[in-house]
Amino acid sequence: MTDLINIKNVAADYDSLIMEDKVHTSIYSNPEIFEEELDKVFNNTWVWVGHESEIPDVGSYKTAMIGRHSVIVSRDRKKNIHVLLNRCRHRAATVCEGKRGKTKSFMCPYHGWGYSLDGALRAIPKPEEYEGVINKEDYPLISLRFETYQGLIFATFKEDIEPLEDFLGGAKKWIDLFVKQGGGYPLKVLGDHRFRFPGNWKIQLENTTDAYHFPIVHKSFVSSVDDQTAEIFDFLDGEGHVEDLGNGHSVMVMIPELVDLEKDLDAPIPERFQALAEELAAEGHSDLEVRRMVRAVGGSGFNLNLFPNVACSMAFFRVLAPVSVEETEIHHVAIGGEGAPAAFNQMRLRLHEHFQGPMGFGTPDDAEAWERVQKGSKAGKDEWILVNRGMGNLKESPDGNVSGAVCSETGMRSAYQYYKKMMTA
Amino acid sequence: MSDLNMLNQVRAFIDSEADMLDFEDYQGWLDLWTETGTYIVPIDPQESDFANSLNYAYDKKEMRELRVARLNSGEAVSTQTTDKTVRQMGRFRILDEGAAFVTVRCSMYLSECRHGNLKTYPADLTYTLKKTDNGFQIEEKVIRLQNANAYLSSIGYIL
Ligand code: FES
Ligand SMILES: [Fe+2]
Repeated sequence: MTDLINIKNVAADYDSLIMEDKVHTSIYSNPEIFEEELDKVFNNTWVWVGHESEIPDVGSYKTAMIGRHSVIVSRDRKKNIHVLLNRCRHRAATVCEGKRGKTKSFMCPYHGWGYSLDGALRAIPKPEEYEGVINKEDYPLISLRFETYQGLIFATFKEDIEPLEDFLGGAKKWIDLFVKQGGGYPLKVLGDHRFRFPGNWKIQLENTTDAYHFPIVHKSFVSSVDDQTAEIFDFLDGEGHVEDLGNGHSVMVMIPELVDLEKDLDAPIPERFQALAEELAAEGHSDLEVRRMVRAVGGSGFNLNLFPNVACSMAFFRVLAPVSVEETEIHHVAIGGEGAPAAFNQMRLRLHEHFQGPMGFGTPDDAEAWERVQKGSKAGKDEWILVNRGMGNLKESPDGNVSGAVCSETGMRSAYQYYKKMMTA
Repeated sequence: MSDLNMLNQVRAFIDSEADMLDFEDYQGWLDLWTETGTYIVPIDPQESDFANSLNYAYDKKEMRELRVARLNSGEAVSTQTTDKTVRQMGRFRILDEGAAFVTVRCSMYLSECRHGNLKTYPADLTYTLKKTDNGFQIEEKVIRLQNANAYLSSIGYIL
C-alpha cells in the first residue's frame, strides 16, 4: 500500500519570515503568501481609492481596486460620495468599466439591471418573473465603509476597523503639509500614468522611502536638470531623515527646506521657475501669490508612505495595486491646483511628465531596478532581503517617533513590522 | 496625379524617420524638427488640448534634446535593456494639405525586445509636416498608443 505524500505547503510562518532587520525572499514570490496578503492586508485595512477632486460633480465617478476587488467611487444627486462594489447583484458582471467620467446611472450590460449613483437597484427589465421572488430594495450595489481625510478617500471591507483618522495617526500632520502644494488652491487630480512592472507589490512599497537608490538609479534624471536643481536632489548628505509614523506609515524628508511650503515665502526664486514667476506676475498675480505658487510648484520636500497602497510622494500620489504575486500596477497621479492659473498647472504637468510614467526620466529606471529585484530574488535557496541600513544610528524625532538618516531603511522596517502584525493577526 | 506624389513624399520621409529611430541616429532625428515642433504621446486618445493635460511625453525642443542626451549618456539603466526596436509604418492618409503644411495619419507597429521578451506597441500617428525647399520638417508628431488608456510598461527609447 502506498501512502500519498501531502505536498501542500505548510502555512507560512510570518514570525520567522519577517525579522526586524531582514525579510525572507519568499515573500516576493510565494503565491500562497500573496493570496493571504489580499485577505489579511488589503481586505482588512483602510485602502486609498481616490481623491475627492476626481469626482467633483453630481454623477462623477471613478473606478479603483481594493486588492482584487473592483470598486466604483461615485457622487450621487445630493453630492454624497459612495464606494460601491463594481459587481452586479444578478450574476456579478462589472457595471462600470470606465476609468473616470460622468454618468446618470450604472447599467449592467448583461441583463440590463440599472443602478443609481448611490447604488440603489432602480430598474429590472421584464420584472414579472421576479414578482414574489425578490424586492429591488434588497439588491443595491454593495456599499463599502469609507472615510476621507483632506480630500483623500479611503475605503475598507472591515466594518469594525478603527476610524480613519486614528489609523492615519502620525501621518496626518504630513498629509496636512502635503496638501499645501496647491500653491494657495485646493489640490486637484490632473491625470495619471498607469504602469505595470513584473514584480511583487512590496518592492514598490519599499521604494517610497528609499533615498539610498536615488543618486544611483536616477543619475540620468539628475543630469537632465540645471545645476541648482541637481544640488537640491543631492540630498543624501543633507539634513533629511526617515521617521516611523506608526501603523506601517513612514515619512522620508529629503529636502527639509521644502517641508512647509507656506514658510520662507521670501526665499529667492529658483532659476528653473523664474520664467513661471514672470508669467504669473504678468497675469496680474500679486507678489505674494506668485511666491506661494513658485514655492509650491515643485512639490513638497518629502515622501509619505501610507500603508498599504498609497504614497504622497513629493508632488504626486503613487498608488499601487497588486495584480498577481509577480505583477504590480502603479498609478502616478498628477496633482495641481483647482482654479489655479494655467501656467502653474502646466508646469506641474510638465514636471510630472519629466520624471514619472513609462516614458519619464525616472520611473523606467526604478522599474528596471524592481524587475531585477524580482528576478534576482529567485536565486539561491534560502536568502534574505536586508532592511537593516541605519539601524545602529536611530534617534527620537521631535514627535517622539523612531527616526533614522535620510538613506536609512527605517520606513521599510516600519512597513514590514506592521505587515507582520497583520499577517499574524 | 499630384496627390499620390505628395503621399509618396511623406511616406518616404516618415519611413526614414522610423529608420533613424530604430537604428539610433538620434542626432539625425533631432534635425528633422522645426524650432517650435512638439513631440506628444497622449494618454487619452481623444485628447486634443495636450498642453493642459497629462501626457506620457510632451516635448518641446529642449526636452527632446534632453531625451536624446539621456539615451546617449549610458546613465539610464532602463534604456539599455531594450536590445532593439523594429517599427513598421503603414496605412498612410493625408488628412489636410495647405501651402505650408501637410497633415498625415498613419499606423505604426513597433516591437521591442526587452529582457528577452518580445512586446508590441501598435499606434496611430498623426504628423503635421512643414513643407520646405528640400522636403519636410516635423511641426507636430502625436503618437496614440493603442493601450495608452490602459497601462504601459517602461519605454526606454523614442516612439
Ligand atoms: S449580471 Fe447584471 S443583469 Fe445579469
Ligand atoms: Fe526612484
